[in-house]
Amino acid sequence: MYALSYQRAKSLEDAATLLAAEPEAKLMAGGQTLIPTLKARLAQPSHLVDLARVKELQGIELKGGVLSIGAMTRHFDVMSSPVVQKAIPGLANLASLIGDLQVRNRGTMGGSIANNDPAADYPAGVLAHNTTIVTNRREIAADDYFQGMFATALEEGEIIIRLDWPVPKQSAYSKFEHPASGYAMAGTCIAQLADGSVRVGVTGAGSSGAFRWTEAEEALAKSFSLKSLEGLKIDPENCLADLHAPAEYRAHLVGVMATRALQKML
Amino acid sequence: MSKIEMTVNGKKVSGEAEDRTLLVNFLRDNLSLTGTHVGCDTSQCGCCTIHLNGEAVKSCTMLAAQAEGADIVTIEGMAKGEKLHPVQQAFTECHGLQCGFCTPGMIMTSAAILKQSPNPTEEEIVKGLHGNLCRCTGYVNIVKSVKRAAEIINSGG
Repeated sequence: MYALSYQRAKSLEDAATLLAAEPEAKLMAGGQTLIPTLKARLAQPSHLVDLARVKELQGIELKGGVLSIGAMTRHFDVMSSPVVQKAIPGLANLASLIGDLQVRNRGTMGGSIANNDPAADYPAGVLAHNTTIVTNRREIAADDYFQGMFATALEEGEIIIRLDWPVPKQSAYSKFEHPASGYAMAGTCIAQLADGSVRVGVTGAGSSGAFRWTEAEEALAKSFSLKSLEGLKIDPENCLADLHAPAEYRAHLVGVMATRALQKML
Repeated sequence: MSKIEMTVNGKKVSGEAEDRTLLVNFLRDNLSLTGTHVGCDTSQCGCCTIHLNGEAVKSCTMLAAQAEGADIVTIEGMAKGEKLHPVQQAFTECHGLQCGFCTPGMIMTSAAILKQSPNPTEEEIVKGLHGNLCRCTGYVNIVKSVKRAAEIINSGG
C-alpha cells in the first residue's frame, strides 16, 4: 500500500470538509473492497476519510412503508435485523449471501453501492425495489444511480447518507456465486412492489453493470407466475464474458436465477 | 506515524505505526502476537481472522488505525492459562489441522460461528467457514472439530 494519511470523520459535516480539503482524499466505509484495492496498489489516495464513527450514517428505521437503512449499516446488521427481516425478508436474505462471515461483519451497504462493483449483490436489490439513494446533497432514484461498471451518479464530494427501501409486497434474490470468491456470476432480484408493479434487477451479468430486465418485468406484471419467465432470454451481446463464464452462459444464468427467485415467492 | 491504542486479549496496549499499517501487521510486528497469520494478503484465506469487539473480522483487511479503542481477541487470548478454549480443544481431539497455518483463523471463525449458533448444522458450519481456506485437510476434520466444540461448550466445558 502506498503511504497515506488516515482521518476519522466525527460527523457528516466533518467528513465532507475533510474530503473537500484534499484533492486526492477518498472516503472509506467498511473497507472490504477499498483496502484490498489499496494493497494491490490499484488506487493511491493521499487521505482516507473513515466514516465508521459518523452517527448520521447509522441506523435502520421503518416509517410509512419505507425502510431507511443508514449507509454505514453492515451486511451482518441488515441480515440479522428483526426490522429488516420482517419488512423486507428478501433484502435480509440478499445481505446474508454477500461475501463471507468476516466480510459481512465489516462491509457496508453504502460502501457497496458507492463502489458499484458489477458483481456486487445490492445493486440488483436497489434496482428491483426502486430504492432511493439519499446523499448529503439530494435524493437519487435507483434508475438514475447506476451508470456502468464502478460508475455512479455520485458527484465529487457527495456522500451517501442512507438508502430508502420502499417496502414491497414481496421480493426475493437468487444468485449463482463464483465458488471461490462468492461474487455473483449472475444474480437476479425480483420485487413485487406495493402498487402491484414488478421490477427485476440483475447483477453480475451485465457488461455495463447492474441493469433492469424489463421483458421479465412486463411478463411478470401480466402474470406473476413461472410460466411468464419461460422462453424469455437475455441478449448475450450485453453480458460480461471473462475467464469465469462466457456471455451466453451468464445470459442463461440470469434466467435461471430469476426462476429461482420467483420460486421463493410463489 | 501516529499512536494507536486498543485492548488486546484483555490488556490495554499502544504502539506507534504508520497510518497505512494493517491491523494484522500491528498485532504481529508491534505487539509480537505472531499467532495471527498472513496467508494470502488478498482477503481470501481468513488466516488473519481475529475478534474485533466480539466479531470475527479479517485483520489484513482493516487498518490498525480503524481499530483505535477497540477490544480485540487474537488466538493467543483464547486459552485460559493451561486450559484450552473449547474450540482449540476440539481441533486437537479431532485433528482439525495438518500443517496448522490456517488453524488460528479457523479457530477464531469457528468460535464466532458457535457464538451465533450454538448447535450449528453442517451447512451452517460450511457456510460459516466460507472465508477460511485450508489447503491440507479437505475440511472434513475441521467441520468435525466445530461440531465437537459445540458439544464441549454445550456440556459446560
